[in-house]
Amino acid sequence: MLSRTADHLFWMSRYIERAENLARLLDVTWQMSMVPQSLEAANQNWYAVIVLNSLEEAFARKYSEVNADNVLRFMVSDPDNPASLFSCLRMGRENAHAVRGTITAEMWETLNSTWLELRAQSYEQLTANGPGDFFEWVKIKSSLIRGVTIGTMLQDEAYNFIRLGTLLERADNTARILDVKYHVLKPKEEEGTSDFYQWGALLRSVSAFEVYRKTYRAVINPDRVAELLILQPDMPRSLLFCLKGVVKNLELVANDQSGETLRRAGQLFCEIRYARIEDILEHGLHEYLTDFMDRIYDLGNGISRDFLVPVSTQTQEAA
Amino acid sequence: MAYYNEMHDADGSVRPHYRPYSHWLETTSPERIARKRAEADLAFRRVGITFAVYGEEAGKERLIPFDIIPRIIPAAEWSGMAAGLRQRVKALNAFLHDIYHDQEILKAGRLPAEQVLNNGQYRPEMQGVDVPGQIYAHIAGVDVVRAGAGEFYVLEDNLRVPSGVSYMIEDRKMMMRLFPELFARHKVAPVQHYPDLLLDNLRAVAPLGVTDPTCVVLTPGAYNSAYFEHTFLAQQMGVELVEGRDLFVKDDTVYMRTTQGPKRVDVIYRRVDDDFLDPEAFRADSMLGVPGLLRAYKAGRVTLANAIGTGVADDKSIYPYVPEMIRFYLGEEPILNNVPTYMCRKPEDLKYVLAHLPELVVKEVHGAGGYGMLVGPAATKAEIEHFRQLLEAKPEGYIAQPTLALSNCPTFVESGVAPRHLDLRPFVLSGNGIQMVPGGLTRVALREGSLVVNSSQGGGTKDTWVLED
Repeated sequence: MLSRTADHLFWMSRYIERAENLARLLDVTWQMSMVPQSLEAANQNWYAVIVLNSLEEAFARKYSEVNADNVLRFMVSDPDNPASLFSCLRMGRENAHAVRGTITAEMWETLNSTWLELRAQSYEQLTANGPGDFFEWVKIKSSLIRGVTIGTMLQDEAYNFIRLGTLLERADNTARILDVKYHVLKPKEEEGTSDFYQWGALLRSVSAFEVYRKTYRAVINPDRVAELLILQPDMPRSLLFCLKGVVKNLELVANDQSGETLRRAGQLFCEIRYARIEDILEHGLHEYLTDFMDRIYDLGNGISRDFLVPVSTQTQEAA
Repeated sequence: MAYYNEMHDADGSVRPHYRPYSHWLETTSPERIARKRAEADLAFRRVGITFAVYGEEAGKERLIPFDIIPRIIPAAEWSGMAAGLRQRVKALNAFLHDIYHDQEILKAGRLPAEQVLNNGQYRPEMQGVDVPGQIYAHIAGVDVVRAGAGEFYVLEDNLRVPSGVSYMIEDRKMMMRLFPELFARHKVAPVQHYPDLLLDNLRAVAPLGVTDPTCVVLTPGAYNSAYFEHTFLAQQMGVELVEGRDLFVKDDTVYMRTTQGPKRVDVIYRRVDDDFLDPEAFRADSMLGVPGLLRAYKAGRVTLANAIGTGVADDKSIYPYVPEMIRFYLGEEPILNNVPTYMCRKPEDLKYVLAHLPELVVKEVHGAGGYGMLVGPAATKAEIEHFRQLLEAKPEGYIAQPTLALSNCPTFVESGVAPRHLDLRPFVLSGNGIQMVPGGLTRVALREGSLVVNSSQGGGTKDTWVLED
């Protein structure tokens, strides 16, 4: 397959996955904001979304005040914000457009109609029934695109690069959500029990509420939540699950120069595979997740270098 | 002016080959038709069958209007036209081979040498270069119109990168989806196998010694107006759609960059103009081409379809000589008519043209897409004066033809069903013999009275039915 085609496929699926996870994060933040709390605490939660995406400066250029409405406008439909849902879906669609001959007609039609529906509506129209409905729409569309991909596409190299993009992006996003929410929600020693509703909302944001119940059959405990999202081998949004898929797909597309990237992915996978949550927490969850995200970033660069970036660009960069 | 109507004859009765359709149209409820038209519009938009319009906001895409009333051609009429097309394309390929080799036609004085050799479309780089099968125009889109009492005329031969074939196929798909019952009642010759024929012809012109050639489609990129078609054809043929940056030349061999390393490319169906193909040989500022491509081509290591330099045969200043080419190379009389053409570089022709501007169609010799032309009868005084100045300043840049009374066909417009003018672009493939699918792309001018069918000028399309006996 053409390197450029693989590049478009990889980024197409990354942007769609990113949009879905952003919708999930905004949704959980929206739900948490309905639990009684001080205005300051509520705005703090909204600002966390901005911080999480490293958008502090871009946000400050447009808005002087942090509140739910401003953050939602900025993250939902602002075309100038490269990380907004609008921008992610646009980039997903643009990448698909460039390779519409490689993806199936159903995939293209699903992606294109998603974009056309989104583009036709203003922020007010999108959130007319409350933002929750819109986040649900994004999640459903992303599921639809993924479903059509799995249901119609030949499982060849193109499919492997699509899966690589999805899983790498999801690993990063799950780690981010956990990182930011764990610190907001983890009770200080003296405060006693954690907030059932808040933890429930976080679990739901990664579709893990029922999984938690099934797995632990116990009240929600922050450390178990971390264990579930990092170490559960069979839950589609856990770090371990994502890494397993990354390694598998990397093995399938391997070429002469991809050995080192595969080794690093395999090493990261094995470390998580045999990790214990107690050790991770003792080491410090934030440090652990930061290191994890750095290594995911490094894997993304490795994949670009080994498969996606045209040779001439590399030689030019080297020169 | 009286126009030939494709559906009705002069006294208003329905022509025999349109009778079953006309009956269907009369007995189908307007509500159902309206619903189907809306459905077609939605489907085209969702599939994204769009084209970009130059001069509008970058990246903006527009739908080409699709009309649900087909243009129907009886079998006998088509077989006559097909024979004329074969003859014409055969002669044009013979002409191109001759021009880039011994130039017999010039030596015989049948065509003024300076017309060819001073033509901007003549590529001296191609002189003496042998191409597989001596075929230059592998894909020709010949524009045919019906005029006067119903006879066919060739309006122009598009031998560079003719487009529109994807609309031909999508229009048929749409008609079959909307009105399956019509296809049960009519024996409509299929057209959907065009990509197979195209691949067959591309494989047939592989470089010497290559038995299992790798073919690719070369596109200028996603912002080109015909990008949809490029992706469509690549996908239908099952070959890679590449951009210039995906290819590189090493040791006079063309490779594409893949996830598994470089892979040799043997045949390039290129949808990039000559000027942009190779920044080393042609326009140095081209970002769309492949440095060294001409070298590999001249070394016979890769085939380009169409060949470089075909523009010299479809140029509007060469067009008047095509009947002469047919006589010279094939020893036959032309089957299809040429439109009488005034060459403004000739003083007597220029004089006539300047005196009759309100009756004539004036075209730029190198123009395309309906840009830079004057339709005298439809033009304002100011437009005519503007062209008068252009002609006086640069007569050799223009030709003129009588305004043809293009045939028309009932078409859905805002006020209901009304006649609109149309043309036909059959696609003729050369490589493995000469092949074509029956019919072609019918383009229709949607504005009342307009004779310009180009999609960039607000034209639409119709499905084209060649009826089998």
